[in-house]
Amino acid sequence: MKLKQLESVLGDLEQFSNPKVELEQYPTGPHIASRMLYTAENSFGDVSNKVVADFGCGCGTLGAAATLLGADQVIAIDIDSDSLELASENAADLELDIDFVQCDIRNLEWRVCSVGHVDTVVMNPPFGTRKKGVDMDFLSMALKVASQAVYSLHKTSTREHVKKAALRDFNASSAEVLCELRYDVPQLYKFHKKKEVDIAVDLWRFVPKRNLGRGI
Amino acid sequence: MRLLTHNMLSSNIKGVANGFPLLIEVEKVIEKQVDFNPDFLKNIFPKIEWQALVQASRSMGYSELPEESPESSMLDSDDFLMKFHHVLLELHLEEGALVCPETGRKFPVNKGIPNMLLHEDEV
Repeated sequence: MKLKQLESVLGDLEQFSNPKVELEQYPTGPHIASRMLYTAENSFGDVSNKVVADFGCGCGTLGAAATLLGADQVIAIDIDSDSLELASENAADLELDIDFVQCDIRNLEWRVCSVGHVDTVVMNPPFGTRKKGVDMDFLSMALKVASQAVYSLHKTSTREHVKKAALRDFNASSAEVLCELRYDVPQLYKFHKKKEVDIAVDLWRFVPKRNLGRGI
Repeated sequence: MRLLTHNMLSSNIKGVANGFPLLIEVEKVIEKQVDFNPDFLKNIFPKIEWQALVQASRSMGYSELPEESPESSMLDSDDFLMKFHHVLLELHLEEGALVCPETGRKFPVNKGIPNMLLHEDEV
């Protein structure tokens, strides 16, 4: 599937109608989502024929993109039942087979962590502006679950911190910013004063350490 | 929820030593056909905990998987692969619950989505 085509399909997905501020629910726009997964697939081969997990899936955009690009199995996880319901309707509309699980990413100590079942984790985590540190909780867990790679978005302003935490604390063997993107945050919440703001975000690719032995 | 996902989940309640595999209580099972992909099945096979899959498939009313973990030579048999495919990818637990094998705590499954959220005193 071509990039343009992917972006256009993702653009038709239903977005949150009542986003929850405490969960920092911001939709991952089709522009960013398509580029994220397209890069993961075409530059690194981390999507097709892989098992992919979407952490904090929201309305399911990244998981849908992974499925459209040929992932063998996609598991999408979110803490919020409204998001999961919407995401599962989105998947059904596109006839995509995605398994949804309701769980707090921070309590994800499943069998999945020990067997290396999941190859790739993709996520647009909460940036941690409302609940400090939650972005790093996501990253830490993603690096435990993924056996090959983690793709994630973080505010550009936190770049040094993210890099240090990933390499020093979360056992990443590499942490690389693939590109800087503009994230359009529409006026979703009352505390937003401007109609729309752009914030600079980094698209990261992290490689977990245990992968080194497998020669990648 | 498909049994492929069931095979990855465990009960992670604080203090539980062995939360895998979760037992299945069935209210409603649905079947959805998906394309047969032998390569995927061969890749995933070594990662599957066989006893858990057999037990789960029986709770879902399917009893054609062999009890003993099959030799990898079975992966050349289309007959076997078709059954493995069906159990892993086509059976969905639509309504019911997953039950922690140690504490009996139930994790409800509604509209195919298991709710694995823990209560405050379980974390």
